[in-house]
Amino acid sequence: MNWAWLDRNTDQIVSWLIAHFWLALIPTVVGLLLALPIGALAHRYRWSYATLITLAGLLYTVPSLALFVVLPAILGTRILDPLNVIVALTLYTLALLVRVVADALDSVPPLVVQSASAMGYRPLKSLINVQLPLAIPVIGAGLRVAAVSNVSLVSVAALLGIPQLGQLFTVGFQLDFATPIIAGIVLCLLLAALFDVAIQLIVRFSTPWQRVVKSR
Amino acid sequence: MINFQSVSKVYPDGTPAVEDLTIEIPTGKITVFVGPSGCGKTTSLRMINRMIEPTGGVVLIDGQDTRSIDAPTLRRGIGYVIQNAGLFPHRTVLDNIATVPVLQGQSRRAARAAAGDLLARVGLDSAMGSRYPAQLSGGQQQRVGVARALAADPPVMLMDEPFSAVDPVVRAQLQDEFIRLQSELGKTIVFVTHDIDEAVKLGDQIAVFAVGGRLAQFARPADVLSRPSDDFVADFVGRDRGYRALSFVVSEDLPVHDEPTLTLGQAVPAGAGSAAEGIGDAHGQWLLVVDEQHQPRGWLDCLRVPQGHRVSVNDLVLGGSLAGPDASLRTALDAALSSPSGRGVAVDGDSKVIGTVAARDVLAAIEQSRGAGGDQPPPQAEPAESADPFRKAGAAT
Repeated sequence: MNWAWLDRNTDQIVSWLIAHFWLALIPTVVGLLLALPIGALAHRYRWSYATLITLAGLLYTVPSLALFVVLPAILGTRILDPLNVIVALTLYTLALLVRVVADALDSVPPLVVQSASAMGYRPLKSLINVQLPLAIPVIGAGLRVAAVSNVSLVSVAALLGIPQLGQLFTVGFQLDFATPIIAGIVLCLLLAALFDVAIQLIVRFSTPWQRVVKSR
Repeated sequence: MINFQSVSKVYPDGTPAVEDLTIEIPTGKITVFVGPSGCGKTTSLRMINRMIEPTGGVVLIDGQDTRSIDAPTLRRGIGYVIQNAGLFPHRTVLDNIATVPVLQGQSRRAARAAAGDLLARVGLDSAMGSRYPAQLSGGQQQRVGVARALAADPPVMLMDEPFSAVDPVVRAQLQDEFIRLQSELGKTIVFVTHDIDEAVKLGDQIAVFAVGGRLAQFARPADVLSRPSDDFVADFVGRDRGYRALSFVVSEDLPVHDEPTLTLGQAVPAGAGSAAEGIGDAHGQWLLVVDEQHQPRGWLDCLRVPQGHRVSVNDLVLGGSLAGPDASLRTALDAALSSPSGRGVAVDGDSKVIGTVAARDVLAAIEQSRGAGGDQPPPQAEPAESADPFRKAGAAT
């Protein structure tokens, strides 16, 4: 480990870390927001479930590098535009979470859904106020996978030269120098852990009823 | 009043759930839909608040076609207690109860305050208000379910097997409280159950459904038991229907025999347990033990305790059921049969012992009531003749 090198490049590394953070966070949040209505559709209309889940699965198999390269042509962006990365990762998150949201909504006890309807909830209000809150634990579990996978996928964009922690790997390989590579791995792991813990905390505080059951 | 006019429901796959149902559900009474599974009783219930739409016929509430009312609005005006309570797991008890008032536009604050009052009404401690459903027992959840259905003070309540998921002791308790609550509220209630005993206990009217959604009989509970309309109903109400029918005959003129009693803490008298001396054979082996308030605590087996022993609760064999004032012949007979001494304990309105009833007297009373009514079973016996000491009872006690 060459601490002096790290010390000299701290400013650069921190700016990459911050960029990496945003490049992973924005797709996670936007992907979730898009997955909610689409997942709800797949849940509500059985016939759409198979189609939507298959489409999402296919989308997920497109290699990320290919997507990074193709998107500029579709979006009309420059190849180095971070927007490409954000759009690509949003699509992956969406692909992953559509199924999660649909299955999470399916897991809400039917009796509770019937009960909401019998109380006079309209379908949309029942979805937002009753079913979605009850689906949070399952959605949260899926979101953790998506977030961590986004942190790792962002580094692939280093091959295109978009500044983020992946640059540490390119630099390390080019210079045949281990320090930046180790630093990159450690920072990626820390960032992934940060996302993971944050999501767990959000789930925990938005589902107080789950805690009382466990502590009983 | 709720009217079903030639209502039918056929599912898209062709399965008929309800077949040409015409029934008039009276205002302010409990009407029970009873029948085996697959008989369309729940389907019929759900057609009232349009959770299921009929494929034929109309459902009217106070003369208004339910189809003319927007379904969610209609439902907010009808209380619904679902199986297993169906509470919202993510809301506290108070917020669960406040559901419908909030949907109707009341402020959350006002709705919660009203929910607090309802808690007491259904027999729950106000401390329960801030708990989540998972922290309550099954019986407590059912009470919350009833409170939630009552929150908007709807004139009509639909109850779908509300007490089926709790154990028999709690169920009996919930049923008793439900009867008490209904006597205060006088709602129009439609109650679905597969349990004929529950139907007989709670219903002012019983609609017996047969498999395939046919209404087999619609009558008072006593009539369903004593005069089943066909083989299906006779079969469904079961073998014990003659015995159950006794629930509707009040035992007010049964002879009550004097019963010597011993108060807790007193010494067992000399000669107790032997018919020859002391107390005599009036009590024989068994001595009824009461507490300071003269309420029955149990029976003492005199052969198992020494003379002069101060009797405590631990010495007692618990008695069976009690025959209170206005008890039915069924209760009186059960009190006699379930007592270890064979003598049923009769109590007054304050649960104080007034004596005992004997099984032979109950049987004689049954004979007498049958005789007075000719070939009619007890519930149809006309009470006009002086020989008939019984009056009609409309509902189970």
